[in-house]
Amino acid sequence: MSEWRLYEVFVRSKHGLNHKHVGSVHAADNEMAMENARDLYTRRSEGVSIWVVPSETITASASDEKEVLFDPSEDKVYRHASFYKLPDEVGHM
Amino acid sequence: MYAQMVETGTKRLKTLEEMSPEERDFQEKVDAETKIEAKNWMPDGYRKTLIRQISQHAHSEIVGMLPEGNWVTRAPTLKRKLQLMAKIQDEAGHGLYLYSAMETLGADRDEEIQKLHDGKAKYSSIFNYPTLNWADMGAVGWLVDGAAIVNQVVLQRTSYGPYSRAMVRICKEESFHQRQGYQILLDMMREGTQEQKDMVQDAINRLWWPALMMFGPHDDESPNSQQSMVWKIKRKSNDELRQMFIDQTIPQLEFLGCTVPDPDLKWNEERGHYDFGEINWKEFYDVLKGDGPCNRERVATRKKAIDEGAWVREAAVAYAAKQKQRAEKAA
Repeated sequence: MSEWRLYEVFVRSKHGLNHKHVGSVHAADNEMAMENARDLYTRRSEGVSIWVVPSETITASASDEKEVLFDPSEDKVYRHASFYKLPDEVGHM
Repeated sequence: MYAQMVETGTKRLKTLEEMSPEERDFQEKVDAETKIEAKNWMPDGYRKTLIRQISQHAHSEIVGMLPEGNWVTRAPTLKRKLQLMAKIQDEAGHGLYLYSAMETLGADRDEEIQKLHDGKAKYSSIFNYPTLNWADMGAVGWLVDGAAIVNQVVLQRTSYGPYSRAMVRICKEESFHQRQGYQILLDMMREGTQEQKDMVQDAINRLWWPALMMFGPHDDESPNSQQSMVWKIKRKSNDELRQMFIDQTIPQLEFLGCTVPDPDLKWNEERGHYDFGEINWKEFYDVLKGDGPCNRERVATRKKAIDEGAWVREAAVAYAAKQKQRAEKAA
């Protein structure tokens, strides 16, 4: 079974929502990956759409890159609406 | 508990001062309830312990299908047959969620399954008992899945992200299992003949103690237990979980109008818990070692399933290769 590829499974739970990662399956090809994902992750109408993606094709950020990747956004507070104080008289904006 | 006596490789707990900077970082994250994810640094012992525990848990789900599979063709009505099949399919699913979580740690599913077949990996002792009458299907759902839920609800907060998320998913599905089991017993007790009522009591008599053994041995000063608690792989001790299970189950038992085979079972007003008798630990260790009533049969059945399904897996690979070749030619 080691010849079977590993696929990551993403499920859209309702129309209008994003696909969300739910787990993985093994399969010999894409079609079987879809069938296995359907049987494994949507037995109780958990989804309206499924994506299966070969795990090896995913590029992920490494955990030790956290500072390099995400820290710069920490000091850009002016990117948040809450940074701009408005007088009460202006009301809701 | 679906994982009993998981070895951590620890003789003595390290203090924060004795840890390497990486280890200390890791432990502080765990202490702060930050989930550990697959790509994060983790101590080797943590990884190995998780692989052992999650694979044991997964094997339990898979072997756990067997005692019930025995009753699919014998279920008394079509409704019961459908419910039983749905429950068994869920268990296959639970096994797969868990194997999938285990693989994020770098373990190979085939290798871990091979260990089960070689007798090197354990699964829960409970599945080495036979299911002799239809009421056993009720008692298994109510008591065995009930005990599993008590353990698994707590494991939703386990420190390893993929394991915790698998547990959340499993817990959602598991309560159907327990309810369908209890309903089988309730129907038999309410509408059944005397003979059927006796079957219910007989099933409870045989499965009560093995269900209590699912939580594993007493919490002693074992470094394995302590280490698992510090790593937050385990969140509550075996004895605490067992007590929780007994306290919530006895009122349900009384509602059925049945008893358990324990003369020492008694409500303790002072403690606010039920007191109960001592488990036959020799039986527990015998079953764990492979000498329970059904150990050999269970492993042999799993091996047979894998062997006899080999051609299907090979055909799938051959088909995929052929399709790929054709697509390449057409391109």
